[in-house]
Amino acid sequence: MIVMTKDTMQIVREQDVVPFRNRVREYAAKIGMSLVNQTKLITAASELVRNMLKYANGGKVLIEIISKNAQTGVRLTFIDEGPGIANVQQAMQDGFSTGKSLGLGLPGTKRLVNEFDIKSTLGEGTTVTVIHWKNGR
Amino acid sequence: MSTTAQHLQKHRQRIIETWMKNQLTDAALRDDLMSNDELRSQSDELLTALLRAFNSGNFDDVYSSDYDQVIEILNDISITRARQGFSPRETGQYVISLKKAVNEVLEEELKDDPGALYQETRKTDSVLDSLSMITFETFIKGREEVIFRQTDEINEISTPVIRVWDGILALPIIGTLDSARTQIVMENLLQEIVNTGSSIAILDISGVPAVDSLVAQHLIKTVSATRLMGAECIISGIRAEIAQTIVHLGIDLSNIKTKATLASALQLAFSMTNVEVRKINRNAGFKLMK
Ligand SMILES: Nc1ncnc2c1ncn2[C@@H]1O[C@H](COP(=O)(O)OP(=O)(O)OP(=O)(O)O)[C@@H](O)[C@H]1O
Ligand SMILES: [Mg+2]
Repeated sequence: MIVMTKDTMQIVREQDVVPFRNRVREYAAKIGMSLVNQTKLITAASELVRNMLKYANGGKVLIEIISKNAQTGVRLTFIDEGPGIANVQQAMQDGFSTGKSLGLGLPGTKRLVNEFDIKSTLGEGTTVTVIHWKNGR
Repeated sequence: MSTTAQHLQKHRQRIIETWMKNQLTDAALRDDLMSNDELRSQSDELLTALLRAFNSGNFDDVYSSDYDQVIEILNDISITRARQGFSPRETGQYVISLKKAVNEVLEEELKDDPGALYQETRKTDSVLDSLSMITFETFIKGREEVIFRQTDEINEISTPVIRVWDGILALPIIGTLDSARTQIVMENLLQEIVNTGSSIAILDISGVPAVDSLVAQHLIKTVSATRLMGAECIISGIRAEIAQTIVHLGIDLSNIKTKATLASALQLAFSMTNVEVRKINRNAGFKLMK
């Protein structure tokens, strides 16, 4: 896997969501991602960044354009130093929420993107990585 | 009287002239935003206050009452400049070019006593640096105020409620539907339902770039609130890519009437209110008359 461009954005408040999403859209458009895929990616990005704000008081996001096996894609890495998730498997289920919400953010994001990975340690924080390929389904 | 103040007071006129010259030769200065006379009287006022503050002998703490007047004038200048659209550079130059003018005079006055020159410039520099910082802080505060005001304005103008037909309201939503926007949309909508006695509201989301679970929740809440008022809500403008993401996310909108376009939503609204819109065949009428 080759990383072609790298960018980081700090997310500390609600007002950072829209500029962040626009940045992701720019990168996706730059590699020629279709509108449907762009929309999937920024919706996923939106979910993860909102979780970061709501449950971990913010964090940072790494935005990268990557290339693997002649495929180009966008990789987003959401890193926070929040409370972490006690039971990741449970958090990944549709409808599970500790925030009186729909509980669709994490499982929905996983369905929206091509690759999804979550690592969380209680008391240390959570890192979610997603990849969406230019010609992803 | 402090010696620094004495030196500077003696050459007050020269400081003003040099300062003005420094400001005017700076290529960045916007003479379109402020006249020379205005600039001069502003600078004059500030210098008077500054020399008075120097006179107190306090060169350490610009936040003490000795500097109240200086800071008040500076704040006023920065806020005004922020609103008028001056750049940070132009605003920063204001105090920095005063520092240059003060240094020039001190250098001239104390050219035979390097030790004293060093002492004096150190004192005045530290004050003027702090004032520079304050100018910046206030300038940014002024800009933020402008931004907040614009945000409010955008929120206001971007959520109109339109009476498209007797008993039918339309709300085009443009931009992201965050919590604050939803509140405004909901209030405007419910108020208009009461005012007009409408029974149908069309929420058009063609201008919403992405529907994530938060936006969806806000939409669902707005629909519920509309129903509580005895009216029905149709969501229109769901583009193909948005429809796909909603499905993948797993958001259930099956209890809500949705349409792809505003036109088809309007058609549905007509049929719900028993209104029929037909094309009139004028040619046929014409033939009949013949
Ligand atoms: N970055 C995070 N740090 C700590 N806990 C998190 C984080 N992200 C998610 N969680 C936990 O995982 C749960 C599930 O998250 P998910 O995004 O699926 O649902 P939600 O945020 O509760 O609701 P929705 O996203 O549908 O509005 C959250 O309720 C929260 O307890
Ligand atoms: Mg969530």
